[in-house]
Amino acid sequence: MTPSASPATAPTAAERPAPSVPGVGRRLLRRPAAVTAIVFLAAVIAAVLLAPVIAPYDPLAQDLQNILAPPSAAHPLGTDTLGRDVLSRLLFGGRSTLTGAAEALVVLLLIGVPVGVSCGYFKGAYDAAVMRVVDVLQSIPVIILLLVVLSVFADSESAAMITLGLLGLPGLIRVLRGNTMVLRDTLYVRAARSTGLTELQLVRRHVLPRLVGPVIVQSSLFASSVVLAETGLGYLGFGVQPPAPSWGNMVGEAAGVIDRQAWLLVPSGALIALLVLALGVLGDGLRDASAEAWSGLPAARPARRRRSAGPGREKAGPAETRRDGSERRSGETSAPSERRAPADGALLSVRNLTVAVPLGGELTTVVRDIDLDVLPGQTVGLVGESGCGKTVTAMAVLGLLRGGGRITAGQVLFEGRDLVGLSGRELRAVRGTGIGLIAQDPIGSLDPGFTIGSQLAEVVRLYERCSRGRAKARAVELLSLVRIPEPAAVAARYPHQVSGGMAQRVGIALALAGSPRLLIADEPTTALDVTVQAEILDLLLSLRDEKGMALILVTHDWGVLADVCDEAVVMYAGEVVERSPVDEVFRMPVHPYTTALLESNPASTVRGSRLDAIGGTVPPPGAWPDGCHFQDRCGLVQDVCRTSPVALRPLPDGRSSRCLRHDDAARLRKVSP
Amino acid sequence: MRRIVRWSVTSTVLTFAVSALTFVLVSLTPGDAARAVLGRDATPEQYRQLRAQLGLDEPLAVQYWHWLVRAVHGDLGTALSTGQPVLRTLEQRLGPSLSLITGALVVSALLGVGLGVLSAVRGGAVGRALDLLSMLGLALPSFWLGLVLVAAFAVALPIFPASGYVPLTDSPWEWLRSLALPVLTLGIGGSATIAKQTRDAMLDEMGRDYIVLLRARGLPERSIVLRHALKNAAVPVVTVLGLLFVGLLSGSVLAETVYVVPGLGSTAVTATQAHDIPLIQGVALCFTVIVITVNLLVELLYGRLDPRSRG
Ligand code: SF4
Repeated sequence: MTPSASPATAPTAAERPAPSVPGVGRRLLRRPAAVTAIVFLAAVIAAVLLAPVIAPYDPLAQDLQNILAPPSAAHPLGTDTLGRDVLSRLLFGGRSTLTGAAEALVVLLLIGVPVGVSCGYFKGAYDAAVMRVVDVLQSIPVIILLLVVLSVFADSESAAMITLGLLGLPGLIRVLRGNTMVLRDTLYVRAARSTGLTELQLVRRHVLPRLVGPVIVQSSLFASSVVLAETGLGYLGFGVQPPAPSWGNMVGEAAGVIDRQAWLLVPSGALIALLVLALGVLGDGLRDASAEAWSGLPAARPARRRRSAGPGREKAGPAETRRDGSERRSGETSAPSERRAPADGALLSVRNLTVAVPLGGELTTVVRDIDLDVLPGQTVGLVGESGCGKTVTAMAVLGLLRGGGRITAGQVLFEGRDLVGLSGRELRAVRGTGIGLIAQDPIGSLDPGFTIGSQLAEVVRLYERCSRGRAKARAVELLSLVRIPEPAAVAARYPHQVSGGMAQRVGIALALAGSPRLLIADEPTTALDVTVQAEILDLLLSLRDEKGMALILVTHDWGVLADVCDEAVVMYAGEVVERSPVDEVFRMPVHPYTTALLESNPASTVRGSRLDAIGGTVPPPGAWPDGCHFQDRCGLVQDVCRTSPVALRPLPDGRSSRCLRHDDAARLRKVSP
Repeated sequence: MRRIVRWSVTSTVLTFAVSALTFVLVSLTPGDAARAVLGRDATPEQYRQLRAQLGLDEPLAVQYWHWLVRAVHGDLGTALSTGQPVLRTLEQRLGPSLSLITGALVVSALLGVGLGVLSAVRGGAVGRALDLLSMLGLALPSFWLGLVLVAAFAVALPIFPASGYVPLTDSPWEWLRSLALPVLTLGIGGSATIAKQTRDAMLDEMGRDYIVLLRARGLPERSIVLRHALKNAAVPVVTVLGLLFVGLLSGSVLAETVYVVPGLGSTAVTATQAHDIPLIQGVALCFTVIVITVNLLVELLYGRLDPRSRG
């Protein structure tokens, strides 16, 4: 629209370096829109350059008998006010636009590339000074300065285009600076530095080649704004003077006869718009292609691409995940285990729960056939290495799956009612008041835009339907309940103004506001300082006892499990592999994975001993082996383990195990508990 | 507070930069103001006298200083083409321009934020349709779009006047009618920019942890989107709004010419055509002051929206 519109969006373009060009080029050619844009641009440029050869008429030849004619065989785009052939005039008229764009681009690149790269490379005071200038440049209204230049330089279009190139610098400099900053710290540049290359050689060999992508993206977006500006100036009567044609002055001429022949507006205007569109599409396509090449994944939409999206860190879909029972597909992911009845009197009974998340365009099962029981007031620990599906399981109970995940099978019976398939409204009634949640990252779990007090008051009002004043008072009460000193002062603070430990206390207060019967705490202390971890955990436990809540504790910490949980649920690669009372787990594990975890943590009943460091890695979703998921790391593996899926089976003593040799599992233990 | 300090530094530099830049550019011209006033037939003696009278024989820096001192006292010189004081002309032209640009900004913000939120929340087809729309909105040259709107809604269907401007004080209704098409012309491109930014910012916010926690507390989705996510997403959008305003200033030059609105932009165009340097300098300075004011508003709004910026 206006020349400064694209610099406005440019800073978001790419804060990361692009990979080298070939990969990007190949990916670009896989995008039909970008290919169309390239073909169109090439055709327009060729046609304009070849105008003297291919134009059907002399662009100045008048035919006063035949003015303002609509398109016909003789004049494919009609004729203008003096009966001149519009097509021929368009072909000749493009010259000033293309020349102008070339001039502006040359200026932009000659200055922008060295300045941008040096800013990012050397940083420091030089960089700060340049960025100030860039700030100022960005605030100059483009056209007005062009007009000043035109009035001073006697309508010299080249002067205007050079100015335009200068005004386009902020966008390019910002992007190149950002990219260079990242590049200069990458491993291979540091490695190259140690081989004794001079800084200049370093930049030329290792930095510049990788900046080609962003430069082309910026150039393309900038060219589109130059086309708009150049034709705009032409329309205003600057630059090429009639009778010689330019796209801009053709629009101006059409404006004069708008009430007699509106068609005349179409050829010139549409051509400009298409050209700008093509440059925009090309720029966006290049940016997406290079982002894709960078991440190695086809990127679905721009905003999601900014962060890497592993299964665990998957960003949420735009809308809340619908838990619609009708979407369950039976058979395909059906559980091998027999249907097990919910435990008597259980507060929560999860049965055969299976969750799938779209990964790389395919719906991939991330946890399957989960069974879980929580009795009122009981504390159940969910343990296992990272990537085993503990968090997904916990979140699925609340129906809050990220990244478009959905429950594809199973039940979540809370107080006897299946939460799977409930409407959004019914689910909301359970959340907060029936089941509460405490998350891992305490500060990230609070809305940065509101004070702690107002976030508490908001949920209080939701649960209690009370007055604002009452809610405020209750918010302070809740803060003192979680033993925050000076609760009123803390209520007035914003999340970024409190420590992680304090934020987690607030998180607990928020979860308690609705007096839930079940609290799900997803590694509530992992992100905290070791010194406050115990404090927060003890607070959580004493509140659990005070309120008689049941607790599902997702944890890495074997010691915490031993200390505070009644029941242990061990997960491995998306499955529950063992369910046992905590004492039994330590005495006699019934799954080799549990044994391995215990083995690797000799001091395991002491808090703070994390379960990691067993040989091998957890197979990720989508790469689970047939048969037992643990087969590749199991010391007891036999051929039968590899043939068919192993079911979670109840044992005579009331525990469950997903191992064909559960009796032998405990024998792997060398260290006695 | 740090941002406000930064703003004042940038503003001061900007004012000096623009005025000094125009001043230096002007001094580069072959014929100077004396030549322009006297025409070709003047005697060298007359020419020298007028130069001395206008202070053109002094060093450039001194001239700039004098100009600056006069400018601070509200004397921006006399427009060569009309003989009127530049300041008077600017005062008369400010109203229409501000009406147009503010209108366009309001339309862009409302339409852009609305569409952006909608496409972020609904995703899928709505998102793609919006992508297409905003691409088009950014690609259509504003002057051409203006002419097409005239052809459609002033010529073919005479709903709005094709051109002209009625001051608010004359008739609020006619004022609105006269602004409708120019505002729409600028607002379409503007809302495309804002919609894109809003959608990206909203998608970013909706993917954050606190949103999941708000849902886990049972808050209604409407409040999560409109109260929580939007407030945080507004922070980057407001920054873009400031840049958009600068863009709209440029756009207004074209739109005012298309719709014959007697504003600053069309004044700049006629001044340029007439090589009326004092007037174009005045307009440039005026634009700069407007930009600075808007930047200040953006900084203040930013401080209100983002508690982190307050420290
Ligand atoms: S089923 Fe076989 S492979 Fe799996 S844990 Fe048991 S013994 Fe090991």
